[in-house]
Amino acid sequence: MTMIFGIPLQAFMGQLLIGLINGSFYALLSLGLAVIFGLLRVINFAHGAQYMLGAFAALLLAMYGGVSYWVALLLAPVIVGLTAAVVEKTMLSRLYKLDHLYGLLFTFGLALVIEGTFRYFFGASGKPYPAPSALSGASNLGFMVLPNYRGWVVVASLAVCIATWALIERTKLGAYLRAATENPSLVQAFGINVPLLLTLTYALGAGLAAFAGVLAAPIYQVSPLMGSNIIIVVFAVVVVGGMGSIMGAIVTGYLLGIAEGLTKVFYPEASNIVIFVIMAIVLILRPAGLFGKDV
Amino acid sequence: MRKFLTSVAFVGLSVAPALAEVSDGKVKIGILNDQSGVYADFGGKFSYEAARMAVEDFGGTVLGAPVEVVTADHQNKADIASNIARQWYDTEQVDTIMELTSSSVGLAVQALSLEAKKITINTGAATSELTGAQCSPYGFHWAYDTHALAVGTGGALVEEGGDSWFFLTADYAFGYSLEENTSNFVKEKGGTVLGAVRHPLATTDYSSFLLQAQASGAKVIGLANAGMDTQNAIKQAAEFGITAGGQRLAALLFTLAEVHGIGLDAAQGLNLTESFYWNRTDETRAFGQRFMDRTGAMPNMVHAGTYSAVLSYLKAIEAAGTDETEAVAAKLHELPVSDVFASNGKVAANGRMISDVYLMEVKKPGESDTPWDYYTVKATIPGDQAYLDPAKSGCALVK
Repeated sequence: MTMIFGIPLQAFMGQLLIGLINGSFYALLSLGLAVIFGLLRVINFAHGAQYMLGAFAALLLAMYGGVSYWVALLLAPVIVGLTAAVVEKTMLSRLYKLDHLYGLLFTFGLALVIEGTFRYFFGASGKPYPAPSALSGASNLGFMVLPNYRGWVVVASLAVCIATWALIERTKLGAYLRAATENPSLVQAFGINVPLLLTLTYALGAGLAAFAGVLAAPIYQVSPLMGSNIIIVVFAVVVVGGMGSIMGAIVTGYLLGIAEGLTKVFYPEASNIVIFVIMAIVLILRPAGLFGKDV
Repeated sequence: MRKFLTSVAFVGLSVAPALAEVSDGKVKIGILNDQSGVYADFGGKFSYEAARMAVEDFGGTVLGAPVEVVTADHQNKADIASNIARQWYDTEQVDTIMELTSSSVGLAVQALSLEAKKITINTGAATSELTGAQCSPYGFHWAYDTHALAVGTGGALVEEGGDSWFFLTADYAFGYSLEENTSNFVKEKGGTVLGAVRHPLATTDYSSFLLQAQASGAKVIGLANAGMDTQNAIKQAAEFGITAGGQRLAALLFTLAEVHGIGLDAAQGLNLTESFYWNRTDETRAFGQRFMDRTGAMPNMVHAGTYSAVLSYLKAIEAAGTDETEAVAAKLHELPVSDVFASNGKVAANGRMISDVYLMEVKKPGESDTPWDYYTVKATIPGDQAYLDPAKSGCALVK
């Protein structure tokens, strides 16, 4: 059998693929964070809670409305996006003129309130959410058994990441958004409604988190803690990628997913710190992140 | 005459209001556990409620002094737990701390309480070290431990032909203790251990570890972890076709609360060990229903164990006629434990409360006819077989 770094090639391939799957979640979540930070300059600590809300929205829609997974995949991000828009309009927008720290503290507090509320009603163990029947089962790839649903996660997350990147970098709306960040008063002078753009951006970022939440629901237990478990890693991904860099967030998400997956084979005990070690090294060598521009 | 006066004075003292024998005129029990993290359903606020139930059932007072239950969240961190414990002992007149989920916390607070000369009754942590090398004259361990879990679940699976094992182990004191106990037991029975992989606490994705376990070719994959970690591992093992491929999963620490969390679809067929099941006798059913009415959930062994621990502590104070630590600890060692949790319990010299444990199998979705009806009791393991012989525990208090 072919060996690579002392482990069989087949096992190595399997771990690479798993890294890619986990990377999909990191990429989707860090993308939303990067969009919000890049355009609003808000460090959105409520991102993990919004991811959790997406999963719970799917669960509650299924429990009380009999809504299927596919509909929830569209509906949950819309619902979470709308609530995020309300939060932005009524509260967060008041903090833009202040130091970044206030936005961070506000979203952090918001996350604690949301998670605490859900823990009160649903307990820490959470609830199971079944995978859609069309994607249940697994395919044998020869080197590993790939659950069909996980394959779908990679495809769906890649598609959404590329679409979001294109929306911001390649469309007129995206151009307005970017311009509004650079110089809001000038853009406003051109007759563009900047506050509305910012609300939309925050809703989009939250919607992306909710989308990742629905994708995650059948794999992980839908639990109030699911967001806080993943959010710190996602922040590290954004920092490594370069704060605010959209492409950086996507690429780094996948790369770090793979790095973490491989660590789980070679030295499992370090698997939850490897990302932070990489973050420290990147910050020493390239303080603006791999894809960030020096400011 | 003088002799007479002395004896009158003596009798007078002993019939004086018993209140005088309780320090600060109040008995204060602290329930310290995880209320917001991965073990919040395993113990959490449910244990606090169980403790309050025990106080109410006891009558609310002991030796004429009111009994109060306080609680705090230690967030699974030994340093936070130690700080709270010190504060409780030093400034808030807490007399005893119980529950103490998480082995690192349990060991830290038991050591600190030995210094402070206070009683701890651990019902939430698993490590058998609490009554082993690190035992304390004031430290007690109720409900279960890693040895009982290993004997229960490990023993059952080895007997059914699961003689090669691979472990997924939580990377801290509890995981090591559970893995070691189970490994020893499997080897003793003639089985082999093919390997183990250590994962950090609160890992969300187990697929990588599961693939390694799958590649090992072991017949049984032992999950030496707890709470949400085990839940996620079980769900993902089903997803990757590990159980369908003929390998068996052994959840070494899994309780009713976690079964409820993942649902019977994912949990069916699992073997697990608990020292309490609400749907076992009429008495446990009645207790379960009362607990359900208060909390909205049926109790697991940690919750019922906490009830028993509080009740036993209060009985010991009553029997000792004081809440002084030395006297109460002596009574706790001496009195048999007989309540809804344990009908024939006894406390060994190392502080281990020895009572029966049960091997359960999780029902299939179609077999469960009432809510929370999740287990079939497959075997009753007598306490003396489930728990380590105190003489071999390595505890210096056992002579």
